[in-house]
Amino acid sequence: MSATTAVAQAPQGWVRRFRNNPTSLVGLAIFLAVILAAVFAPWIWPVDPLEQDVVERLVGPSLAHPLGTDSFGRDVLARLLHAGRISLLIGISSIALAMLVGSAIGIAAGYIGGWFDAMVTSLLDVLLSFPTLLLGLMVVAMLGSSVENLVLAIALTELAPFARVARAPTIALKNRDFIEAGRALGFSDLRLVVVHIIPNLISDVIVVASLWLAAAIRTEASLSFIGLGVKPPTPTWGGMIREGFENILDAPWLAVAPGLAILITVLGINLLGDGLRDAIDPKVRND
Amino acid sequence: MTEAPILEIRGLSVEFRSEGAWHAAVRGVDLAIQRNQTHAIVGESGSGKSVTALAVMGLLPQQSGRIQSGSIMLEGRELIGLSEQVLDKIRGKQVAMIFQEPMTALNPTMPVGQQIAEAVRAHRCCDASSAWNEAQRMLDLVRVPSAAQRMRDYPHQFSGGMRQRVMIAIALACQPRLLLADEPTTALDVTIQAQVLSLIEDLKREYGLAVMFITHNLGVVALIADCVSVMYAGEIVETASVNELFAAPKHPYTEALLASMPRVDRDGQLEPIGGIVPSIREIGAGCTFAPRCALAIERCHSMRPPLMEVAPERTVRCWVRGVAA
Amino acid sequence: MGEYLLRRLALAIPTLLLTMSMVFILARVVPGDPALVILGDQASLEALAALREKLGLDRPLHLQYFDFLAGILQGDLGRSLVTGKSVWLELLSVLPYTIELTLAAILLGVLFGVPLGAYAAVHRNQWPDTLTRLFSLTGLSFPAFVSAILLLLVFAIELRWFPVISAPKMDDPLDRLRHLALPAMNLGLLMTAYVTRVSRASMLNVLGEDYVRTARAKGIGARAVLWRHALRNAMIPVATVVGLYLGTMIGNSVLTEIVFNRPGLGKLILGALNLRDYTMLQGLMVFFAGFIVLANAATDIAYGLIDPRVRYK
Repeated sequence: MSATTAVAQAPQGWVRRFRNNPTSLVGLAIFLAVILAAVFAPWIWPVDPLEQDVVERLVGPSLAHPLGTDSFGRDVLARLLHAGRISLLIGISSIALAMLVGSAIGIAAGYIGGWFDAMVTSLLDVLLSFPTLLLGLMVVAMLGSSVENLVLAIALTELAPFARVARAPTIALKNRDFIEAGRALGFSDLRLVVVHIIPNLISDVIVVASLWLAAAIRTEASLSFIGLGVKPPTPTWGGMIREGFENILDAPWLAVAPGLAILITVLGINLLGDGLRDAIDPKVRND
Repeated sequence: MTEAPILEIRGLSVEFRSEGAWHAAVRGVDLAIQRNQTHAIVGESGSGKSVTALAVMGLLPQQSGRIQSGSIMLEGRELIGLSEQVLDKIRGKQVAMIFQEPMTALNPTMPVGQQIAEAVRAHRCCDASSAWNEAQRMLDLVRVPSAAQRMRDYPHQFSGGMRQRVMIAIALACQPRLLLADEPTTALDVTIQAQVLSLIEDLKREYGLAVMFITHNLGVVALIADCVSVMYAGEIVETASVNELFAAPKHPYTEALLASMPRVDRDGQLEPIGGIVPSIREIGAGCTFAPRCALAIERCHSMRPPLMEVAPERTVRCWVRGVAA
Repeated sequence: MGEYLLRRLALAIPTLLLTMSMVFILARVVPGDPALVILGDQASLEALAALREKLGLDRPLHLQYFDFLAGILQGDLGRSLVTGKSVWLELLSVLPYTIELTLAAILLGVLFGVPLGAYAAVHRNQWPDTLTRLFSLTGLSFPAFVSAILLLLVFAIELRWFPVISAPKMDDPLDRLRHLALPAMNLGLLMTAYVTRVSRASMLNVLGEDYVRTARAKGIGARAVLWRHALRNAMIPVATVVGLYLGTMIGNSVLTEIVFNRPGLGKLILGALNLRDYTMLQGLMVFFAGFIVLANAATDIAYGLIDPRVRYK
């Protein structure tokens, strides 16, 4: 993505292009549906996700329990909805953190240049190609598995793409005449960055954010599956699949429901992210 | 006795798709090119010059361009409606095309010699080594120094002018009758431009080619053309021999073009043409140039003028100038 | 080409150093007190002190750093806290399984993904393209363990075509294949989804290039244009992308091995996690970091082999 086009051809009309693309709208709809379901979980299905019922264990789908119960007799649907809250919370927080820190690093590297830039870039390359799961795994293993640490760990795995996408336009812009002029007028570097460089990055950063939110949710689910996620009895999708996996021969549906939940959420976000990217950067348009 | 033209285009109309709807990009083009003749097509960007050439080659972008009507006769044979397989036999062999940007028009990962030899093998079934030798001969012919060594080089190892020579070698490898040149020197330095132009001239004489030369540069036209067609907004507005066009232009647009050219023998300000070229979506009912024309009368705005023959081999599309002798 | 090779390898060295330093920071500095992490906060002060001494954690930080680097240079990745065996040996014992699985997955991914993506590009916006894009996006959205569980449910448990637990006998090739099938299919499908997307985008890009038009103008025929000019150039970015995918592949592979209970690096990591085998984890981190840096270098070099523009700069 060239920075000069980002400046010259600002993504005007991206809303229209977005609206015209049916898959983008589907993605948006799914994403909104998931968020609404997560936020209003207690009102949609007012059942306690933690309440155990020793009698009704591993019961299949029924009217009282539309998705059945797990090995502790807890209602699967309630757990599913509440797990969505946790997973989304962790995913969105980690992306926000990665966006802030990563963009800052990228801008700094691009603006300062020289050996600092070279060092940061080679590190970013390694970070980008390092297995996300292993990285998150190591961090959580070292820090302990709490929600905060999970957010931190996942944010670390998402740093590199933000740094990359912030760095490129910064490099292209910092040598432009109007920045030189600003410096000659005595503006501080910080002001130049904030006022002139950052607005040109925003659309690219948003596209990256949407695409990597899906990855964040997948990573969180994977970590929970391994057992490094939020500690039980708090439900998370990955954790539910883990429990379902342990009972796979008796109650296969236990693993399928949260699996589908993850799939649909990630798919929706991917469609949304693709749609945003196609709308904002039409060179790559799939028309 | 004049022989039949190598290329004869009658009433060619080409449409392009823009945001869902089809719009005419080229309307009613009539053109004829003889053997050993260089016919220049002049016009601004977007006037439809390249589209015309692409239509002849059958290389319009499949999903967004199509020939709506007309006839294209190559050596007496109708090209429109032929299948891709038949067209493939004609391309490269009877008609060849060279393009504007030699940097991107050559495959960056294939040695240059192979790209020439490929054309040879496609039409003159010979084995690999004969094709290679023939390719080398062509490279020599287009005056690329140390041809033998350079056969194995990649396009990015050549300069712009040299790359364009490679393109010419590819185009002429099978000795076509017609050469379509789409602004081949526009992307080159002026000095290199002169070399490439003279190369094309020499090869034209040697092979007896008919050449369609597309350009927006009137200076180049003066240099190499025998015959000129001026295009505006998808239509041919004037056709004349090169001397007549420069000495006594008839269409107001041609006049304005010549007036806006900087000339060595004239001082004073350049006169740009007021207004802008209409986009293909905005073409109205009357003459396309009428909104910008100083001579426009009532009729010009409401009725589209046809191409009128004012003298042998001399046509003008103008209500005002077309009728006067 | 030789110069390019040397340059690229030379770049790998400072990168390796930087990366190992990051691993050190992650392993020693971040946890605060690794001994606490290992033994938990119920441990006695004596046990903690003993462990610190054993692991060399009581030495000044910069000395620990040098020991760390020195160890790596000698190929010593440490010893497992649980089994006492060298980390390197433990790695080598499971590596054949992991390599087998990874190679099978890459083979499947490229074999199916490249032609599928190219086919979709050639038939852009028609139904093969739409179907392919849908498949690709869905495949990309599946977490590796979800798809693995689904495959397990359908093919192993319900249909009983494949064994449920994948501990194959290494000397019986047919048995190995049966145990390899589902895990390889899982990884292969996920990779196919990814490669298809890249292949399609790359092919679309190439098909719009000027030189494809020139090739058509030569009259060599649509097939020759596709194979000799379009496909060959479209595959160049795919090669790099496969290299980049390696990281994701390792993650997917770990999850797949867990689901299918297949020996390999995944089980090693899981075991180390559950048993708090700190040195094993650290050793594995070093291994993966080094592997990734070298894999990146190898990909760049391969890219140089395929694209002559990079070589003859």
